[in-house]
Amino acid sequence: MSWVNAVIQGIMTGGYYALFACGLSLLFGVMGIINLAHGDLAVIAGYVAVLLVPETHLPVVWSFLVVVPIFAIGGYVLQRTLLQASLDRDPFTTLLVTFGLSVVAENALLEAFSSNGQSLNIGSLIAYSFNPTSTISLSYLSLVVLGVAVVVLGALQLFLSRTSTGRLVRAVADDTEAAQLVGVNYRHIFGIAAAIAFATVALAGIANGMYTEFAPTTGPANLLFAFESVVIGGIGSLWGTLVGGIVLGVAQQIGAQINPAYQVLAGHVVFLAVLAVRPRGLFGLRTAP
Amino acid sequence: MSAPAGAELGSKGAAARGVTRGARSTTGLGALWVAVVALLAFMPYLVSQADTSILLNFFVLLTMATMWNLLAGYAGMVSIGQQAFVGLGAYGVLVLADAGFNPVAAIPVAAVMCAAISLPISLLVFRLRGGYFAIATWVVADAASLVISSNSSIGGGTGKTVPGMSSLGPRAFEEVTYWAALAVVVVAVGLAYALLRSRLGLVLAAVRDNEVGARSAGARVATARRIVYLVAALGCGAAGALLAVSQLNVQPASVFGVQWSAEMIFVTMIGGIGTIEGPVLGTIVFFLLQQNLAHDGAWYLIIFGSLAVAIAIWAPRGLWGTATSRLRVQLFPVGYHVGRPRRTRDVVPEPPAAPPAASTT
Repeated sequence: MSWVNAVIQGIMTGGYYALFACGLSLLFGVMGIINLAHGDLAVIAGYVAVLLVPETHLPVVWSFLVVVPIFAIGGYVLQRTLLQASLDRDPFTTLLVTFGLSVVAENALLEAFSSNGQSLNIGSLIAYSFNPTSTISLSYLSLVVLGVAVVVLGALQLFLSRTSTGRLVRAVADDTEAAQLVGVNYRHIFGIAAAIAFATVALAGIANGMYTEFAPTTGPANLLFAFESVVIGGIGSLWGTLVGGIVLGVAQQIGAQINPAYQVLAGHVVFLAVLAVRPRGLFGLRTAP
Repeated sequence: MSAPAGAELGSKGAAARGVTRGARSTTGLGALWVAVVALLAFMPYLVSQADTSILLNFFVLLTMATMWNLLAGYAGMVSIGQQAFVGLGAYGVLVLADAGFNPVAAIPVAAVMCAAISLPISLLVFRLRGGYFAIATWVVADAASLVISSNSSIGGGTGKTVPGMSSLGPRAFEEVTYWAALAVVVVAVGLAYALLRSRLGLVLAAVRDNEVGARSAGARVATARRIVYLVAALGCGAAGALLAVSQLNVQPASVFGVQWSAEMIFVTMIGGIGTIEGPVLGTIVFFLLQQNLAHDGAWYLIIFGSLAVAIAIWAPRGLWGTATSRLRVQLFPVGYHVGRPRRTRDVVPEPPAAPPAASTT
């Protein structure tokens, strides 16, 4: 029965990974930027929540109301400045710049907050759970995060397919120069995509802070999980990312069931196996990047 | 793939068109480098023990940066997972020393083991390109670290001490490890130089300028990239092996740390990516900065990272590339310059067209 529980917990974690990964996927899909600082952004979101929420007297659960707008604005500004400047060079430069920012952010957080773990204390809410049988326990927090992930992915899909701004984003992603010819300010559209990506990663960072402890050095692990979800699901597919996140989450929980030390390793093994057998992922487009 | 023959073929054809290597006198430069290496070899007798140890770490980082520069600067592959080979090189020495080998003699063996391991890894990670390749290499490094950490016979997560060096006195230990590091860095830079002057260097230059064109001209792009990946694993493995021998303690969190990638990337970016001189200059800047900020913990990585980001955006050729863009100074001449032949007797008749087999391998 504990195996069934492991699979169910894995599915729950998968929602969180998908929430994390959709920003990474969006930035790559629209601008071709692989944001190597993606994991650190989530950690920064956690620290912003820890610092700001006591000031606003909001309950910790609602901290995303403060952090998400800050991140959306920050994402727009960063895209219009540093990221656009590196994008104007070439994709190679964006990799180096985002990696540099990741290292700088990690060490700046270490200087400011030490290497001690922090978490967002939501009090007794963390303990509420739904127990269909004696061995299976579904925490409400995990269910809410999975729900949020599905809602965010659905909203993103609707935004891209139905709204005029979403159409502009797709147009710019398909052919930046042709979009410019018909009068689209592609830099502004890139900024909007970055704002959305940063907002989703802020949500993921807050969810992470409620689940578990975070520290300046936990950013890269977040990035690797998000990346593995994207590749397992298939690059370019939003719902594939959700499936990829779930596959990764289940693999990790089953690994942990075998031996707690194998949790992360099991995820890496599944990722490498997908790369070996089906490099374009489960739902990927025909061509790998 | 006979590299010397290819280089010779290139230079014969080149002379006819007045295409020359960058530097006026490679013999003079060769003598300069022999003198520099000889001076460095005498350093343990000239400077304090603390300075010798700084120089050793300088050689280790320069070896890694030279390898990363080959990968990213010449073959266009941004790897953030070279710490996989740093760690495996260190553990290679540990395992061999545990089995009774001399740790210093184990350095080349561990490096070759890393190159061997990198071949199957390349089959996986080469399926992804660009940024996805970068993160995939990082995943591989993390996986390698987790596998090693879960193996208690080699120390598990806490690491283990390398045996077999205690018979040396402190003075002899310092000298032997220093010379081993010097030997590794000389071989690494020399290997990079030789590779770039060989036919492989021509293929890489062609790919950098126009990949489709290079492919259609018959260049074996994937093979060239794979060779570079193997050489980079060899070099980073040797650097990791040096870490194990000089620090005498191998810990997974330290040898598999992503900070190795950060340092090799920043050093290369700041010094000048795509030149052999760049990483040398960048490593010097790094150590000057680190020595002056050592008491400030993470600050040197913050400053160095910010500097690397600024240089990547606003001066992508780095310090060396920016400084020499007008002067054409090359301490390691690997490129070609098209110009008028200096002396008429250099202009030999165009050699008969090489057989296709020779020009495509």
